[in-house]
Amino acid sequence: MLEITGLRKVYEGRGRVVEALRGIDLTVERGELVCVVGPSGCGKTTLLKCVAGLLAPTAGQVRLAGRVVDGPPPGMAVVFQEYGRSLFPWLTVSQNVELPLREKRVPGPRRTALVQQALAAVGLADAGSAHPWQLSGGMQQRVAIARAVAYEPQVLLMDEPFAAVDAQTRADLEDLLLGLWHRLGITTMLVTHDIDEAVYLARRVVVLSAAPTVVQEDLHVDLPHDRDQIITRSDPRFAELRAHVYGHIRAAKTDPGRPPAGTMKA
Amino acid sequence: MTGRDAAYGAAGLAVLFGVAEAVPRLGLVSRDFLPPASEILRTLGHELTTRQLWSALGDTMSAWALGLAIAFVLAVALGTLIDAVPGARAATASTVEFLRPIPSVALIPLATLLFGADLGSSLLLIVYAAFWQVLIQVLYGVADVDPVARETARSYRLGHWTTLRRLVWPTALPYVMTGLRLAASVAFILAVTAELVIGSPGLGLRIQLAQSGGAVATVYALITLAGIIGVVVNLAVRSLERRLLAWHPSVRGEAAA
Amino acid sequence: MSRAARLMLGALRVLGLPVLLVAGWWAWSVWRPSFYVPSPQRIAAVFGDVWLTARLGDDVLPSLVRLLAGYVLAALLGVALGTAIGLSGRLRAATEPALEFFRAIPPPVLVPLIMLVAGLDTAMKVLVIASGAIWPVLLNTIEGVRAVDEVLSDTARVYGLRGPARLRRLVLPAASPQIMAGLRQALSIAIILMVIAEMFASTSGIGHTVVLFQRQFQIPEMWSGIVLLGLVGFLLSLAFRALERRVLHWHWHQRETHA
Repeated sequence: MLEITGLRKVYEGRGRVVEALRGIDLTVERGELVCVVGPSGCGKTTLLKCVAGLLAPTAGQVRLAGRVVDGPPPGMAVVFQEYGRSLFPWLTVSQNVELPLREKRVPGPRRTALVQQALAAVGLADAGSAHPWQLSGGMQQRVAIARAVAYEPQVLLMDEPFAAVDAQTRADLEDLLLGLWHRLGITTMLVTHDIDEAVYLARRVVVLSAAPTVVQEDLHVDLPHDRDQIITRSDPRFAELRAHVYGHIRAAKTDPGRPPAGTMKA
Repeated sequence: MTGRDAAYGAAGLAVLFGVAEAVPRLGLVSRDFLPPASEILRTLGHELTTRQLWSALGDTMSAWALGLAIAFVLAVALGTLIDAVPGARAATASTVEFLRPIPSVALIPLATLLFGADLGSSLLLIVYAAFWQVLIQVLYGVADVDPVARETARSYRLGHWTTLRRLVWPTALPYVMTGLRLAASVAFILAVTAELVIGSPGLGLRIQLAQSGGAVATVYALITLAGIIGVVVNLAVRSLERRLLAWHPSVRGEAAA
Repeated sequence: MSRAARLMLGALRVLGLPVLLVAGWWAWSVWRPSFYVPSPQRIAAVFGDVWLTARLGDDVLPSLVRLLAGYVLAALLGVALGTAIGLSGRLRAATEPALEFFRAIPPPVLVPLIMLVAGLDTAMKVLVIASGAIWPVLLNTIEGVRAVDEVLSDTARVYGLRGPARLRRLVLPAASPQIMAGLRQALSIAIILMVIAEMFASTSGIGHTVVLFQRQFQIPEMWSGIVLLGLVGFLLSLAFRALERRVLHWHWHQRETHA
């Protein structure tokens, strides 16, 4: 579904050259939920923006359903970390969810139905006429998720979507995402710095090295299909996987490009 | 601003100059309406060598400075007073809201009657226009003092004077500087206006005389000079603002961005 | 406190000082009658006779029409040019110094210049008003368009907002607080220029009439004209605030909740 090959991104400006991504190869299958983790400053967001077509790669390419991405492709939705800045403050919640559908020229009645379904799915059926700034942070991010879901994308990209909300809200939103993913089967790539979150959500965790970034580890998460905040997180296997990812990230920070010695085989 | 932006800006100015030079020379617009840019600059150069121009500039700028100073002191004093007297803000709000939008040029006939074509006329208009700009900002500024900080000051039993000096003024200073910046350019506009319309001595009067004498290039030259002075006034107040507020987050943030 | 008492107190706050000031003026004019400063009573008495008769159609209305025409012209041109310039980084860099210069020219000096070029008719006055009022609109629009939030802009790109839709649904609403600030400054400049253009060269209009009264030493009439100009300024600023509240309601609320 999503193929990233030899992706390289170099920033040039003011006499400074920064190689953010050295060469990323990664494939996401249809219907998969992949989490990308890495040490801070490793170019996670750069990777996501290249995949979303918001940044042009220096070399390599991204293909979505076989077509090269050279700008935001149709059929892709993005949820940003900064929910407060990604919702249109002059529009109501419903209008925010509806706007992309309008641009997609979805006919009116279908549009209304999609908006209502999406808002109901994130538990905001009654908040349609409110403005985003009247809602709490967690609720605003729900609106952004509803907007993405209503768009009926083939691929959903999420950039640290739950990093700016409190812990309880975060757990709720994680389960909301898992529920939506089970129901709709959208191919999802989620970038996060939180190892627990990555292991809890994903079927596959991709660990990035420190900048200049490469893929350091591609880990299959063999936890039971149905996740639960308490049961899954207290599963000994969860702790092992978590420790494994953590070891890789710590190694990536000190000695990029070399896998850590002495960690268990996944 | 980066070097490249500066190059673009210089190119933009060069294009403007080129167009203003070419349009009259190609006969697209009559020279009687728009002399070539080089001629305007030459006239400006010539004007700058005359005593009359410098004395006119002196008149304008001293009216500007004096009017601005009076307006500033009055507005800061009144703003502080309104803040200090309980209930004064609510009682004065409607009056301020009514008087503020009155265009100061409405006072031109009154100024003419009271002072004639003299400094007094200029001052009346300048002070009226500049006063509101500062007062409004002072009122915003003193209202911006954090209530917690105010209670802290009270719990440590700081006196009125200390609270004013250590808490209220530092909080209000960025607003006051904004007010000063706005007032400085408004005061310059009104200084020139008073000279232009009432005939008080100064740059505006010289523009008016040049126009009625049909000296088109001189009109353009003096308007250019007025623009240059306007830019200098803006830059000067902004650099003063930056210097006085170097410690303030709004300025520090700007420098970092 | 009861409702009635609260209402009373509110009325006292709003009206107290103005009533006191007018009363003070009146008392002063009785105690020390002055030729130049007539009593408020006298000004109010001539106000109706002067402005609410034939002059309403001959002077007041033409003034307001010119004002509106010049202002709307400045607003449309300012927003259109400002958007075009604001969207292009290079164009912005190239025009910035020139625009800073034009903005710094005191708008009233354009009156003699435009008189020279365009003569003395209504078109001249509209042109004067527009050419002075355009700068704050233009510069604020450029700044507002430039500063559209990056995340919001990315969001719009991801969801396929392009071309006119991007302009209408993202750029202009996002820049609207800045644009409105520019329009507010432009309004007071437009009023100033209307008055000056009429004082300078006109056979009609409020500004012209007020100066005429002053030259003929019809002092109470002159004062009534000053009051009228004040009222025009006040009422237009009220109207503008109502417009602003409609257009920017989201902006104010957003700021309140984030403060």
